[in-house]
Order: sequence, then structure tokens, then C-alpha cells
Amino acid sequence: MSRITLKQVTKSYGSAQVIPPLDLEIDEGEFVVFVGPSGCGKSTLLRLIAGLEDVSSGRIDIAGIEATHLPPAKRRLAMVFQSYALYPHMSVRKNIGFPLRMAGMDPAAARKKVEQAAATLNLTDYLDRRPGQLSGGQRQRVAIGRAIVREPAAFLFDEPLSNLDAALRVGMRLEISELHERLQTTMIYVTHDQVEAMTMADKIVVLNNGQVEQVGSPLELYRYPRNRFVAEFIGSPKMNILTGDYAARSGAAAIGIRPEHLDLSTESGLWAGRVGVAEHLGSDTFLHVHLREDDSLISVRGPGNVELRAGDAVFVTPRQKELHTFNDAGDATRARPV
Amino acid sequence: MAHLSQKRHVPLSILAWVIALAMAFPVLWTLVTSFKTEAVAVAIPPRFLDFDWTLENYRTVLRRSDYALHFWNSVIISVGSTLLAMLFCIPAAWSMAFVPGRHTKNILMWMLSTKMLPPVGVLVPIYLLFREWGLLDTRIGLIIVLGLMNLPIIVWMLYTYFKEIPGEILEAARTDGAGLTSEILFILAPLALPGIASTVLLNIILAWNEAFWTINLTASSAAPLTAFIASYSSPQGLFYAKLSAASIMAIAPIMILGWFCQKQLVRGLTFGAVK
Repeated sequence: MSRITLKQVTKSYGSAQVIPPLDLEIDEGEFVVFVGPSGCGKSTLLRLIAGLEDVSSGRIDIAGIEATHLPPAKRRLAMVFQSYALYPHMSVRKNIGFPLRMAGMDPAAARKKVEQAAATLNLTDYLDRRPGQLSGGQRQRVAIGRAIVREPAAFLFDEPLSNLDAALRVGMRLEISELHERLQTTMIYVTHDQVEAMTMADKIVVLNNGQVEQVGSPLELYRYPRNRFVAEFIGSPKMNILTGDYAARSGAAAIGIRPEHLDLSTESGLWAGRVGVAEHLGSDTFLHVHLREDDSLISVRGPGNVELRAGDAVFVTPRQKELHTFNDAGDATRARPV
Repeated sequence: MAHLSQKRHVPLSILAWVIALAMAFPVLWTLVTSFKTEAVAVAIPPRFLDFDWTLENYRTVLRRSDYALHFWNSVIISVGSTLLAMLFCIPAAWSMAFVPGRHTKNILMWMLSTKMLPPVGVLVPIYLLFREWGLLDTRIGLIIVLGLMNLPIIVWMLYTYFKEIPGEILEAARTDGAGLTSEILFILAPLALPGIASTVLLNIILAWNEAFWTINLTASSAAPLTAFIASYSSPQGLFYAKLSAASIMAIAPIMILGWFCQKQLVRGLTFGAVK
């Protein structure tokens, strides 16, 4: 049972409360992603779970044991840091073996486990090198190796891919997902990149100003965002939000429609407009359309064969089923179909 | 261009040599004097190199005093006081560098301010305490006093080195299951080793050369080389040649140590100055 439970957890620095009372349950074997803009408290939350910061109040249970005041060493968690945080004075072998050495494992057994971990991560040839002699991707693998050898109750990842270049990032993203498939260990992953969140998570926790805005599976968040923040944060390119007369016609303070849920036509449609910028990606075409009524700018995703250019007149029609409506407070008003 | 800058280097080089010689002159003069007879040593005008060189002063000094005893006292006191201070300073600097509180900066400044008090200001109370506790003329007494004297400098130096180490590495060690002792022993100490080494070296030198407390709190059995030199400047008349010989014998070991560890020392003294 390696369930992680947070009950009414808060964190304050002096008089500034960065995490207001927060409840969260993470089930065994789940891949949970904390996502939010920078400064939303997602890393702080992860550090509270890791024990690197003390909670101001509340309770944290890890694998059925109250861990609120346990030191990090006793929580049976393994963390992978953004900066990798490898021990620069130790070889790869010693880096990966360090948690086992700290656990007092028999050196022969530890050696075997280190070699196994290195083999799964394609690090066998680098075991005797120092971190300084490795590339960014290899260092990240060593950090992951150091985390997996000790068979922790859960893995914590703090923006582990943000120091890697784009191509490597996609590769490592797959590797981490595969690792989760294989180990079936609970993973908590912090990122500001909603694409990482959507592709990797079983469950996404969207955070804003220390508060949980919504918890759900990637598709739940995409289809039924609870408020404007989640609606705009999840999905790429982001959801179009229209206010004023457009919203009033739907009886809402604001309406939201995703670029992929708008139909394009050159002859007729609900909203008339003019193409501002057209981005032809081959597979898709992204059009930035200025609506005639009040010059609002919306983005529309069309198929790759759309021939429209900047300045062309165009009609855009939202699919009514995909329209999101929000009240003055920014909360979604359409009942969520279950 | 290179030619021009080489030309410009000439006057600078001469200036550097003049300053270096001026600074080294007292030591060189002492070295030369130690090979003179007492009569030549006080001769006016002074004699530079054209005299009968003799080792007589060294023989007399070795015969008259127990050089080995003082030498070992110096070694034990300077190394001992440095190690004792490190024992307290490493954890202190660790907490100041990695878990700073609101008053850490103030504490650091306060520690430094204790160096502004002239030591003679606390001589009487410390002398009385030492007499009370039977620490007068003991090595352990001097180890304690010199360790305390150098505490602020050691904390400051270590603090600066520790600040350079990324905190995430220590946090990684903590999540990897390291307790505080393992964290300091296996991660912090090896990473800060160059810094720790230059701190140790510099403080051994400071303690070796410390003359105020070592002379005032010892008589004979715990007296280090500083007291050994002082014993040759007696009020009955100065014996310059023997005093010089004693001085050279006292400073030679530490100068040799410094020579071999130059690289570490320079790093220790300039660290943090050029970030």
C-alpha cells in the first residue's frame, strides 16, 4: 500500500501563505502530474511531500504511515531533481549505489542492483565515469537510476526534463512513461508543460496560487474544465475565450471554444471574420482570425489542406456541443455529463 | 603588440622585485645574521656577506634549549587547535550556509566583531580561569584558547566555501536516505575538500605564528616555538645572532609547509574575492 494522502496541508513563509489548506489523495501505482504556471506552488507541494520543507499545518501519510514530521531519509521516497543533483565527486556507479550504501545494503548485493539498474537505463558503459563527463540526457538517466535502485514507495520528479533540448525531452518522456508501466510504482511529476502533463499522467492536478483548481484524468480536464483557468491552461493551442455579446447570446459571462472545435467556411457560418496570420504546418493549419463584430482574435485549427491566406474573409462556426460557458466568477456553468 | 606589452612589463617587474625584496628583507637579514658571530652581528657599518660564516649560533641554541620539545609543542598546538575548531566550525558553517535563519548574517558579523577586541583585554580573566582550572602551561589549554581565537575566521572561510555548493545536491542525499552525519561526511566534506584544506592550512599557520597567548599562558613544558624565540630576547642583553638562529629555526618548518601548499593557500586567501 503506497498511497499518499495530504489532509489540510498548508505552507506559509512568514505571513505569506503559499499553500492554503489542501487535500489530495494519490493512489498506489498512479502517475500523478502537478501542473501549473510558475510560482503556483507545485514544486513547494512536491518538496512538502518529500520532506525537504516542513508543513505549516496538516498531515501527510505515505504508505499508511504518518510522515508529516519524518525526515526525508525516512520517507522511502526517491526524488529526481531538475538540476539532476548528481554527486560530482562520485562515479556513476557510486552515484546510483549511494542510496543502497545509505540503507546499509551488503556491497555485493548492492553492486548487482546497480548493474541491473544501469543495464535498464543503457548506462553500463558509463558506470566508471564521473557526472561531469556525461551529456545532459545521460545525467538525467543516472538521476533516475539512483531513484529506482532503492525501490521506493513513490518517485518524485521535479521538472526533470526542463534542462534537456526538445528532441531529447520527447525521448525521455517516453522512457519515464515506460518506466512507470514496468515498475507500476506511484509517481508524482511536477511540470509547467501541459503537453508533458497530458501525455504522461493518469491523473493531473492543476494548481494555481497554491490552490488545487481541478483534479482529473487528462481527458476529463480537456473535456470538462471546471473553470476558466483550467480551460485555458489545458490544451494547445489554448482555448478561445469570448466575452460580451457572444457570451450574452449563450446566457453566460464568457464562453470558451477550443481551436479544434471550430468549423471553417469561406461561404457561410455563425461568425464572420478575416484571417490575420495563417500557420501552415502541413498536417494542420492554424488560423488567427479577427472577428468582424468586435475584432476579437480567435485561433482556429483547420485541416492541412486549407488554402486561406492572411486577409482572406472567412466564416467560423463553433460546434455547439463543444461550447464551454462560464459565469462571472469564471466557473463552468454547463453541467458535466457523467 | 606583444612586444609593446613586454616593454611595459619591465618597470612593473622591477617594481615588483623591489617590493618583494623589501618585504622579505627582514627575514633574509635574520637568516644572514644567524650565521654571524655576536660581534659581527652588531658591527657598524653592518656586514652583508663578507664575514666568516659560522654555525656556532645554531649549535649553542640547540645545546641551550630543547628545540625538539618546542617544535612538537608548536605542531601539536597548531594542528590540535585547528582540528578542534573545525569540529565546531563545520557544523556551524553548514547550518549558516544551508539553513540560514533570519539572524544568520548578524551572527556572522558578531563573530567577526570579536576579532576586533584586543586580546590583551581578556588576558586577565583568561589567565585567572586557566590558573583555576590548572590549564596554565599545558598544551590542551593552548589548543582550547587558539581554537577559540580562530573560530570566527574558520567559520567565515568555511561558510564562503559551503555557499558555493548547490543545496539540491544535499537535498538529493537527504532523500537518498542520508542522515545529517552521512550528508556531511560523504557529500559536503568531499565537495568542500579543497576549501576545507586551505582553511586548515591557513589556520595552522595562524596558530603556529600566534605569539600573544602562547607566550603569556606558557612557561616551559607547553611552550611552543614562539616562546622559544622570546626566550632569546632577554633583558640582560640582546644576543642578535642567537636570536636570529632561534627565529630561523622557528619559522623554517612553517615556511616549508607554506611553500609546498602555495596553491591551496592562494586559493584560500582569494576565494570569494573574485566571483
